[in-house]
Amino acid sequence: MKNNKIIRFIFTFPVIVYSIFLIFLPLVYIFIISFFESDSYGGMIKNFTLNNYRELFNSVYIGIFLKSFLIALITTFFCIIISYPFVLAISRKNKRIQKILITLVMVPFLTNSLIRMYGFIVLLRKYGVINQVLMNLGIIHDPINLMYNNFGILIGMIYTLLPFMILPLYNAVSAIDKSLIEAASDLFASRFKIFCKVIFPSTIPALFNGSLMVFTPALGYFFIVDILGGGKIMILGSLIKNQFLTARNWPFGAAISVALILITFIFIYLYRKIGGKMDDLGGM
Amino acid sequence: MKNRKLMDNLCLILVFTFLFLPILVLIIFSFNSSSLNIIFEGFTFSWYKTLFSNVTLLESLKNTLIVAFTSTIASTIIGTISAYALYKYNFPFKKFINELLYIPIVIPEIVLGISLLCVYTLLQLELGLFTIILAHICFCIPFVIVSVRTSLSSMNPNLELAASDLGASRFKTFFYVVLPSLLPGILSGAELSFTLSLDDVVVSYFTAGPSSTTLPLKVYSMIKTGVTPDVNALITIMLVIIFSLLMISTFISLKGIKKEGTR
Repeated sequence: MKNNKIIRFIFTFPVIVYSIFLIFLPLVYIFIISFFESDSYGGMIKNFTLNNYRELFNSVYIGIFLKSFLIALITTFFCIIISYPFVLAISRKNKRIQKILITLVMVPFLTNSLIRMYGFIVLLRKYGVINQVLMNLGIIHDPINLMYNNFGILIGMIYTLLPFMILPLYNAVSAIDKSLIEAASDLFASRFKIFCKVIFPSTIPALFNGSLMVFTPALGYFFIVDILGGGKIMILGSLIKNQFLTARNWPFGAAISVALILITFIFIYLYRKIGGKMDDLGGM
Repeated sequence: MKNRKLMDNLCLILVFTFLFLPILVLIIFSFNSSSLNIIFEGFTFSWYKTLFSNVTLLESLKNTLIVAFTSTIASTIIGTISAYALYKYNFPFKKFINELLYIPIVIPEIVLGISLLCVYTLLQLELGLFTIILAHICFCIPFVIVSVRTSLSSMNPNLELAASDLGASRFKTFFYVVLPSLLPGILSGAELSFTLSLDDVVVSYFTAGPSSTTLPLKVYSMIKTGVTPDVNALITIMLVIIFSLLMISTFISLKGIKKEGTR
């Protein structure tokens, strides 16, 4: 019997240590830091203050919050618009082709996302591939600005996060009973009606799942904004990065992070409320 | 009906072009004789030769691969044991721990990155390969757990009982009965970990030290000064290797689909 206890300990020990020391305590530490004061040398003074949170309501930071939300929202919107027809098109192929196409969606992941952003620089810059092709075709005479602006950021975000919308939606669509769709079309339901009444309702949890996996990272991907936005535009991620690495005001950076965690938790709460399963979030 | 098929294929082509265009461009420019990644002037292999004398670039590739392989192996082992522990045993705070495990999946990577950076600083750990690997393990484990859990839920519990009735020890049961039936979940968890580790920028950015630059971080710093085409050559080689590995694994699982029949 004592032997059993040892075995139990061996199996349960890793997960307890991992979740407490690598997840729980780091987050608690961030939470504590967010109530500290910072000195002008980049250090922290262990005095309790709410100033870091008060600072969040400064109009400059409210502006950055709104801008990040807008970028994340537009990104999510376009990911949804692109994913539905794409996923439905895949689901109408036979099983083997479906498997190959979904694997192909994953391939770009295997080259690092920053490296793909560099690919976009080559494509989008002033004398980049796209502008040159358009000029050679005579469609435009002068190069157009495709990056170092909001357009570039959105392209980068949509590109990077699109697979996170495609995969859950595909899983949901391929789980729909095909005979349901056939029955509907036998009853002369239009394709639009089939989508609204059969396909869309059964993909709602997946749609929320995808939106969560697109929206929250989009608030934090500072490198996309940095590379394709040209350094003028800031999102929450860039703000946090600057507070920790450049301005060295850790308490304020921690307060912004806590705000970001809260936003995520609200989304998770809503996702669970509509019947989404937590395990589906990790099941890419 | 024919119209719809045409629309479907058009949609697939458009989206896949979007997904692969930035990668294709990098590959094409790795054969460009001009040293600027702007105009394609002529075909050359010379960047592949220059690549092998670019020590810092090769060093960063080495770091990337060390991080990806080590963190994949570690998180697969820890994740598998953890998933089994959560399935089999009751222990204090189990429910709470179960909830904690979803945090690395859902919170923005930047929060994970800075929270680990803060703890490393608190513990006065020197930033280097070890701290990156630990961070990657941290965000990979939950994905392995979720993936192994799917296999666990479809495992026949009588198998385990039968093994212990026949006198097999707990460990023997785990290694000879449980593990083999979890293999699909373990493998897809490992594949996912490897992909996530290779794709990561944000967490590495905060947990890497000056001596442990990974390939993406190296490219990031080069973007400001100008990227040389030997980087393109390196990316091309990496892609070819990874793509062939992926094709082999897809081929194997396609055989599985064939066996299942046309369901």
